[in-house]
Amino acid sequence: MKLPFKSLLAVSVIAASMSLQAMENKLVIVTSFPKDLTKEFKSAFEKKNPGLKIEMLKKKTTAGIKYIQETASNNSSDLFWASAPDAFEVLKGDSLLAKYTSPAKGIPKNVGSYPINDPDGYYTGFAAAGYGIMWNTRYLSAKKLPVPAQWADLTDAVYHNHVGMSAPSRSGTTHLTVETLLQGNGWDKGWARWKQIAGNFKTVTARSFGVPDGVNSGSFGVGIVIDFFGLSSKGSGFPVDFVYPTTTALVPANIGVLNNAPHPQAAKAFIDFLLSDQGQSILLNKKIRRLPVNPATYANAPANFPNPFKADSTIGAAVNFDVKLSKSRYNLVNSMFDVMITYRMDDLRAATKAIQDAEAANGNKEMIAEARALVAALPITEAQAADPAFSGIFKKKRKKATDKVTGRQAEVEQQWDTMVKANYAKAIEVANKAH
Amino acid sequence: MTSKTHKNPGQIALFLFIALFLLSFLIIPVVKVFYVAFIDVNSGSLTLINFKDFFNTSLFIESFNNSFYVATMSVLLATLISLPLAYFTTRFEFKGAIIIQSLGFVPLIMPPFVGAVAMQLLFGSNGSINLLMDEYFGFTIPFMEGLNGVIFVQSLHYFPFILINLSASLNNIDRSMEESAQNLGSSGMRLFRRIVFPLAMPGYVAGASLVFIKVFDDLGTPLLLNVNNMLAPQAYLRISSIGIDDPMGYVIAVILVIFSLFAMWIASLALKGKDYSTVQKGGGGLAKRKMRPFERIVAYFIVILILLTVLSPHFGLTLLSFGTIWSYSVLPDGFTPDHYVEIFAETPEFMMNTLLYASLAATIDIILGTSIAYLVLRTKIRFRYWLDYAAMAALAVPGLVLGIGYLRTFLGASIPFGDAPLATWWVMLVIALSIRRLPYALRACTSALQQVSRSLEEAAENLGANKAKTIQRIVLPLMSGGLLAGFVTSFATAAVELSATIMLVSTESDAPLAYGIYVFMQSAAGRGPGAALGMVAVLIVGLGTYFSHRIIEKGRRERSIENNNQK
Repeated sequence: MKLPFKSLLAVSVIAASMSLQAMENKLVIVTSFPKDLTKEFKSAFEKKNPGLKIEMLKKKTTAGIKYIQETASNNSSDLFWASAPDAFEVLKGDSLLAKYTSPAKGIPKNVGSYPINDPDGYYTGFAAAGYGIMWNTRYLSAKKLPVPAQWADLTDAVYHNHVGMSAPSRSGTTHLTVETLLQGNGWDKGWARWKQIAGNFKTVTARSFGVPDGVNSGSFGVGIVIDFFGLSSKGSGFPVDFVYPTTTALVPANIGVLNNAPHPQAAKAFIDFLLSDQGQSILLNKKIRRLPVNPATYANAPANFPNPFKADSTIGAAVNFDVKLSKSRYNLVNSMFDVMITYRMDDLRAATKAIQDAEAANGNKEMIAEARALVAALPITEAQAADPAFSGIFKKKRKKATDKVTGRQAEVEQQWDTMVKANYAKAIEVANKAH
Repeated sequence: MTSKTHKNPGQIALFLFIALFLLSFLIIPVVKVFYVAFIDVNSGSLTLINFKDFFNTSLFIESFNNSFYVATMSVLLATLISLPLAYFTTRFEFKGAIIIQSLGFVPLIMPPFVGAVAMQLLFGSNGSINLLMDEYFGFTIPFMEGLNGVIFVQSLHYFPFILINLSASLNNIDRSMEESAQNLGSSGMRLFRRIVFPLAMPGYVAGASLVFIKVFDDLGTPLLLNVNNMLAPQAYLRISSIGIDDPMGYVIAVILVIFSLFAMWIASLALKGKDYSTVQKGGGGLAKRKMRPFERIVAYFIVILILLTVLSPHFGLTLLSFGTIWSYSVLPDGFTPDHYVEIFAETPEFMMNTLLYASLAATIDIILGTSIAYLVLRTKIRFRYWLDYAAMAALAVPGLVLGIGYLRTFLGASIPFGDAPLATWWVMLVIALSIRRLPYALRACTSALQQVSRSLEEAAENLGANKAKTIQRIVLPLMSGGLLAGFVTSFATAAVELSATIMLVSTESDAPLAYGIYVFMQSAAGRGPGAALGMVAVLIVGLGTYFSHRIIEKGRRERSIENNNQK
């Protein structure tokens, strides 16, 4: 969106004159963050600005987006504050965010290879998070399982039926983990690796918090989770631990000012506060445990606190994450994951078990390889996935009436499903014959 | 008689009022969301192609079959659980009947998220029971896995629908029917099968159809057990994905509504053409039979066994709320009252809001439910059945869809005497809750009215009472058991509703308990306080239920004393 110079000038004059005015005494924040996090920031900010009251509206990310979209014509909220960058992309696409660049100093451009702030200036990163592996120590010792360290470890037959993850279509950060591995290992190998890992899944949870919840309870032993779920569970006393594998992506958690925010001054001041030394230090709290985006803050961090800005840090460095590529096939990747893994979990698990049994019995190598290839086979190539005409089927809306899209998502998914289901069944047959 | 009930202006006005209410707060908001199902994504024109896709997709057909199977099996299992509880407590002199009736009702109050965690910790593959079984017997039972897990949890959760409605019906059966049968030599199972159960049919069908439709449309339980291959979770997952506007989610939701109406219609066929009313009752003089000592021991054993099973989730919830850390172990590592201290220090307004919203919503439901039941059963107004169907359709509308629909419909308007948008006013939350829970109250009211004989009303009218007075003095008192059942189910389930609530809550000071639980359950440290808040919800509703039962029982006893004095 480009504004003519005059109105830009007018806006900046108004903004300048408004900053001289007293700040509003109210601030309404729509957020998906847990109470442990919001409560600390709320009390610190209210203490700093006597007379100001913050209203935290806690909504799941998806419900938050819908709420902001539906209330836009009569907006009463100031800020949207959540993890997933894709949620902010949706709001930005609907022109529901206002530009704001904080004057805060000392924040680098990237964390790992991911830009901290929206390049167009609509939302601001205030903390970083990366995906990793979390496990329940009691569970692993009771079932005599080794502690995993890399994604590849999770393909091992010992973890069969012990791993949990949430679906990428349900959680933006899970999506980035899936995409990171696809970019790090390549399209075909990346998907093959995911199916090997997923073959060991006990469950694909519908909520992203379902994974740490399951590991904490001991419903399953190992979970693929974002770092703060693992670190804060440990901080709350659960017998769990967490590690970053080498191939992981770091993503910023964000905040953005909404269009027509009723309290814009307070909203901007809150963003500045998040990025201030005081705000960044709150992130180190043991019930919060998110990675500050200001490298200076790590000086106060407890020992062994992961620091992605350290020169020798391996976190998030292994993959040169291509944000554009990720965006172009975002919904397509989610849909493929759901069709091949989430909705065919039982079939995939059975096929994986059959292959693992054949391997354990030292079965016919060629037939095992054939069964593996059947499981790994993809309904579409990387080139097809990159074709905008094809990935457009999975887009939310057509931008213009002239944009041509042929085919419907349900139709395509049905074709994939038929192929995937038949392949899994065939793989079981082949693997059973191999020994 | 028909000419008398025909064209009563009061009845027409009532009909129009209810129709308008349902239109504004259910049909219009839902249609505003559902129309996407009929839009071709490529051209933007109206189409049925999405429905064709539905029937061509094997995953959806499989999901449909799974949902149907789970709903049917859940009704069967729920019947097995509720029959003994209802029969023993209503037809015999049974100590603690009120407590059993109240307790048997508690499973309906399953606070969101924490209830699920408690169930996993008890019945999950590494839950307390399986850990114990593994240690002592060397095997485990997959209570919570796959479709069977869904059936298990759903029947534990929803059997009270059958219990409540069946008990109300059993209480209303004329004792003389049973006595006549006994005089003619019938007894035991035969008596139950041929006389008692058939006469209690309206209540049973009301409860069973609720269980069936509720399980068929429910997304909470399958999602918490991570079972995706059922219809409701398929709809939900597609509607609530970020950035995707897949019309299939809405198509599935439309199909859920249509199928639920179809199931209602089948249920109404089962009762059609039969008269379930009995004339001589309302005196409350049901002489309950005494059990022989041996019978009593068996009965208590069965009842206690069932109660232990169905209350186990709440037992788990209690442990969770007092426990420190509970992970891969039979019991929590330690116990502490800290979680309760935390919630009482932080969130007193949640409890007041919950009481206010749930009781207002349940009151609206009872008034609407009685009115609709009356219009349907006692008048000849055209289209009166549509009120019933429309109200029942609410069962199949996901709360998320209703919430979005409200925002879409009422955001432009302002609240009376204020300038905030109507959609974010707390009264809208109450209305949304009452719409979502109306089906429960409606079924209870309908079955209660079905058992009231028209000749009692005719007698009153012949003695000079007008319609209003007849309803007030004759019909409502005779329906009191059913009204209570309706009130309590609506109240209890509204108290823990989350999906529409989370869409509509716009300030924390307006939020109910369920929202508070949600907020706690978003972080690892919030599990204990969330469970404590869940326990508070259960206690509030449990006590409410107990006192409602007491009041009704008292009324019944007083009436029966009055009757005896008159004799």
